[in-house]
Amino acid sequence: MKKLLILSGKGGTGKTTTAATFIKFAQAKAFADCDVDAPNLHLITNLQSSPTISDYYGSKKAFINQEKCIGCKTCLKTCKFEAISYTKEKCLINEYICEGCSVCTLVCPTQAISMQKDIAGHLSLFKDTSVFSSAELKMGRGNSGMLVTEVKTAMFHNAPTTELAIVDGSPGIGCPVIASISGMDLILIVTEPTSSGLSDLKRIVKTASNLNVPIAVCINKYDISLDIADKISIYCQNESIPLVGKIPFDKHAVYAINNNINLADLDCPAQKALYNTFLKVIQLITKIY
Amino acid sequence: MKIAILSGKGGTGKTFVATNLAVTAQNATYIDCDVEEPNGRLFLKPQKCTHTKIFTELPEFNAEKCNGCRQCVDFCEFNALAFIKNKPLVFADVCHSCNGCELICKQQAVTKKQKEIGIVEQGYYKNVKVVTGILNIGEISGVPIIKEALKRSSADNNLTIIDCPPGSSCSVMETVMSADCCIMVIEPTIFGFHNFKMVYKLVKLLQKPCFAIINKADKKFLPLEYFCQENKLQIISQIPYNKNLATLLANSKIVCEVDDSYKKYFDAILKVIKAEVNL
Repeated sequence: MKKLLILSGKGGTGKTTTAATFIKFAQAKAFADCDVDAPNLHLITNLQSSPTISDYYGSKKAFINQEKCIGCKTCLKTCKFEAISYTKEKCLINEYICEGCSVCTLVCPTQAISMQKDIAGHLSLFKDTSVFSSAELKMGRGNSGMLVTEVKTAMFHNAPTTELAIVDGSPGIGCPVIASISGMDLILIVTEPTSSGLSDLKRIVKTASNLNVPIAVCINKYDISLDIADKISIYCQNESIPLVGKIPFDKHAVYAINNNINLADLDCPAQKALYNTFLKVIQLITKIY
Repeated sequence: MKIAILSGKGGTGKTFVATNLAVTAQNATYIDCDVEEPNGRLFLKPQKCTHTKIFTELPEFNAEKCNGCRQCVDFCEFNALAFIKNKPLVFADVCHSCNGCELICKQQAVTKKQKEIGIVEQGYYKNVKVVTGILNIGEISGVPIIKEALKRSSADNNLTIIDCPPGSSCSVMETVMSADCCIMVIEPTIFGFHNFKMVYKLVKLLQKPCFAIINKADKKFLPLEYFCQENKLQIISQIPYNKNLATLLANSKIVCEVDDSYKKYFDAILKVIKAEVNL
């Protein structure tokens, strides 16, 4: 199986639209949404079957038995995350700050604190003619990297013989992004010609290069600023990164999203440019190995 | 007053709104908490910058004192310690710096070393204090940087504008908790609407006053407007999109300074917030 991951660094450059279009072009039988913080791919894949939903357990959370608590504040002073507050002569855990280290259970003189399982999100697996794996992290929860790994694992396990798998990633360069990169054959970075887009592109390129996964870049809405689009081309040249596409700004893209149409099915300039980009990506990913 | 600028989805215009609000308000503080991809500094180009390195603590093990009892390895909830050749070894990427291994070690074999994970940059653009958290590449979590950046909020009555990360996870939670009110910058698409609802839940849970700005508001997206009506979420501005604005933003211009027609949007937003939130 060849695994393509779509990233961007900056948010809102067109990752999900690109992913959905590529899935249609490739008739991909396996795909996943690793943007567990703000998943959107399920909104445009139009899968008819209902998914199998399973709970995702993140870090445990500490709970203080209020009857046993003597209000000595030892836990409060030891907690490195400032997750414990003191009101009405009792200590109380803020579940949104608690990272589940269980140090408080170690120091509590009255054994008032226990660690409890916490559902930090849920996984969805669609399985009919194709396999689609996604997840949603419960608001305010951490450990999104672990959930991302589970999303990918669920896809691989359920579609082991598929030729091409397409994975939609999240913005940024932190925990969920790093977790999404491992095991991929190629990363397509969708950038935009703005100074923010270029700055974020450089940060995500460095992040991915450190993890030794090959990269290609495409510029979405390239005609918003031809100057900065040129700067991106030059940057890619200097870094020996293949520039596989320039997609024009096209109002059809927003129209397609809001009318539940896959951009791949709409005859428009952005669709044509995306198709050419897709062919180049396929060429690249089949050349690897 | 501290205002958090949120969106859920990336690229809806958080930094655009946050930087322009900071410039429109006098003597404001702008704090960029999107430490993975901080871009406000590209627009505000702060001068006279100082840089503070941000560290987390990692455990170090004294091989002579360690008797190989494994208690630290068994205690670690994050599986950040492995027992190799009868000694504990730390995986820096998964260590949460909770200090548990040091507390549980009866031999006092654990000490700490500092690991740099990023910086907080502070400078000025005219009368705006510009604070930026920047995560080092390859680091997993920027929460300690966000915490330090948030400490630089205005102590006086001046406005602090917090530019938040996208999503709705722990780092967003951190910024919302510190704010007095929130502005959601929403893109009127199915994507923007879906992710906005996720972060809106978080804001409601924390019981913060909240306002909506619809950005790139060319066409009405009725589900969003119905949602706002039903939830009594006030839409305080609808900012249209055009090629001129796109070009200004692409070249990191502060739009309210070069185009008066945009300045009035930000004046109006500030006026509403000051009237509605009594602090």
